[in-house]
Amino acid sequence: MSEYSENILIEGTGKKKGVSRFRPTALLLIPLAAILFQVYLPRFFEYFGYLELPLLVTVYFSLMRRNQLHGILIGSAIGLAQDSLSSQPLGMFGIVKTLVGYFAASVSQRFDVENPAIRLILGFFFFLFHQFFYWVLARALLGLQMNFDIQQNLVLGVLNAAVSLPLFMLLDKLRQEETSLV
Amino acid sequence: MVTDILLYRYRNLSILVVIILAQLILLAYQVRTNQDVRLIRVWSVTAVTPLARVLEGFRANTIGVIQNYVVLSGVQAENRRMKEELGKLKMENQYLKTELSTADRAQALQAFQKQSPSKTLAARVIGNSTGANSRVVFVDRGSSSGVMRGMAVLTPDGIVGKVISSYPTASQVQLITDPTFAAGVLSQKNKVTGTLKGQGRSDCIVDYIQIEQQVEVGEWFYTSGDDRVFPKGLPVGQVSVVRPGKTFKEIYLVPAGFQRGLDEVLIVVEGVHQQIPNETENISGEVKMLPPPPHEGQPEARSADDVKSDLLTDADRLKEKYREIGTSQNYKFGEGFSSPNFNKITVPKPATPTPVPPVKQPDAPAQTPPAQ
Repeated sequence: MSEYSENILIEGTGKKKGVSRFRPTALLLIPLAAILFQVYLPRFFEYFGYLELPLLVTVYFSLMRRNQLHGILIGSAIGLAQDSLSSQPLGMFGIVKTLVGYFAASVSQRFDVENPAIRLILGFFFFLFHQFFYWVLARALLGLQMNFDIQQNLVLGVLNAAVSLPLFMLLDKLRQEETSLV
Repeated sequence: MVTDILLYRYRNLSILVVIILAQLILLAYQVRTNQDVRLIRVWSVTAVTPLARVLEGFRANTIGVIQNYVVLSGVQAENRRMKEELGKLKMENQYLKTELSTADRAQALQAFQKQSPSKTLAARVIGNSTGANSRVVFVDRGSSSGVMRGMAVLTPDGIVGKVISSYPTASQVQLITDPTFAAGVLSQKNKVTGTLKGQGRSDCIVDYIQIEQQVEVGEWFYTSGDDRVFPKGLPVGQVSVVRPGKTFKEIYLVPAGFQRGLDEVLIVVEGVHQQIPNETENISGEVKMLPPPPHEGQPEARSADDVKSDLLTDADRLKEKYREIGTSQNYKFGEGFSSPNFNKITVPKPATPTPVPPVKQPDAPAQTPPAQ
């Protein structure tokens, strides 16, 4: 990759890197809506069950806040809420989403996360990261004999990445203000 | 010094490690003690399920109302009522059939009248659970309605799962297709016991059946009652594939309980064990049978001898003979300590052409079987 394109990738096309801020109600209601979406809609449309909206919301808030601590807190809160609505012990989604939040926030400090191509790649990458770590934890900690279907996860990764683009654009509209990164 | 480095230089990384460790400890505690951290779950369920219930109510009252207007509202309401009624009747029918298969049918009918079948509570499915492969749903009945963990959940067609958590406003039901589900089952024909296991797919497997034991494709499995969750005698499903495995047979089963979707379920509040129906009364066997032809030279009306010929087993015939001896000696069974003289030979009465009301056939195909 040339130095020029790398600069664009990292710093963006002249756009200043900044920290997005959201209203507390948005920070509370958006994850809740994402979880509700995952709980309710697959009853009627089975294919919606393949969308990991809580994960995409975690990635979005972590990327836009550009703060590792914030990413950790958002990730663990959404993960634990997801855990508490599942039949498995609390902590499985919590651990995985905490890691996702941390790494997404770390990545956001290096890349221009407003770039749709970067968002697409990150959406794809973090979906696979999430699924893989969940599988590792389920096998290692719970002893579940789960299969990791690479082909299926790649397809679902593409699907979730594709959904992340319009979703992130929609969530961009809920941003309150943007302050420059110190 | 080290604390300073951890707190300031690697502050975020330290917090990450602390939070991950805390969650690992939480996880280990739950796995080790097999206990749940109930408070967090109660918060989440209480926050999410009312919203899901509102959404469900909104959906039912908007889309449902529009549909009602489009497709003759009265007909749909009637259809819903009749479906509910059919479900109840099917369960009653199932119970009745199993009781009728016992030796003394009159006694079975009496028992049925005295002892009502399992007491159930209707519930509506309001949402799915989160989780990659899990097959867990939420229903709108919780501990405030008397639902407790471990209660069986079924539809009129068969079992669908069990309650794994009960919260004030909702309960979590683990479906039989969940990978961690297990229940004791018994095959109808060969009376082979096994363990039903979910796979995260639409079908289930029956495990721990020895290779030498016989199970056939199309055979029905029923709950065995050994797991102390499901009452004995409830339909589970029909065998679709049987293969010899390494240690045990590989048996795949199509669950019967999901045939008509999973919108409404019944939670068994008080379970009643039932008998496994005989194979001749297989609920899957829809065979139309005509009544036996009338004997040549005799009227079509059935004689008393014909009625006697309906007594299928030797025990039935012997019982009938003893009853006749008792009647001829004016003896009432169940009264006093004496007994009639069974050695006294009674002269059989000649067959009279007196018409008798038709006897109800136990294997008549009029009984409604669950659809395949």
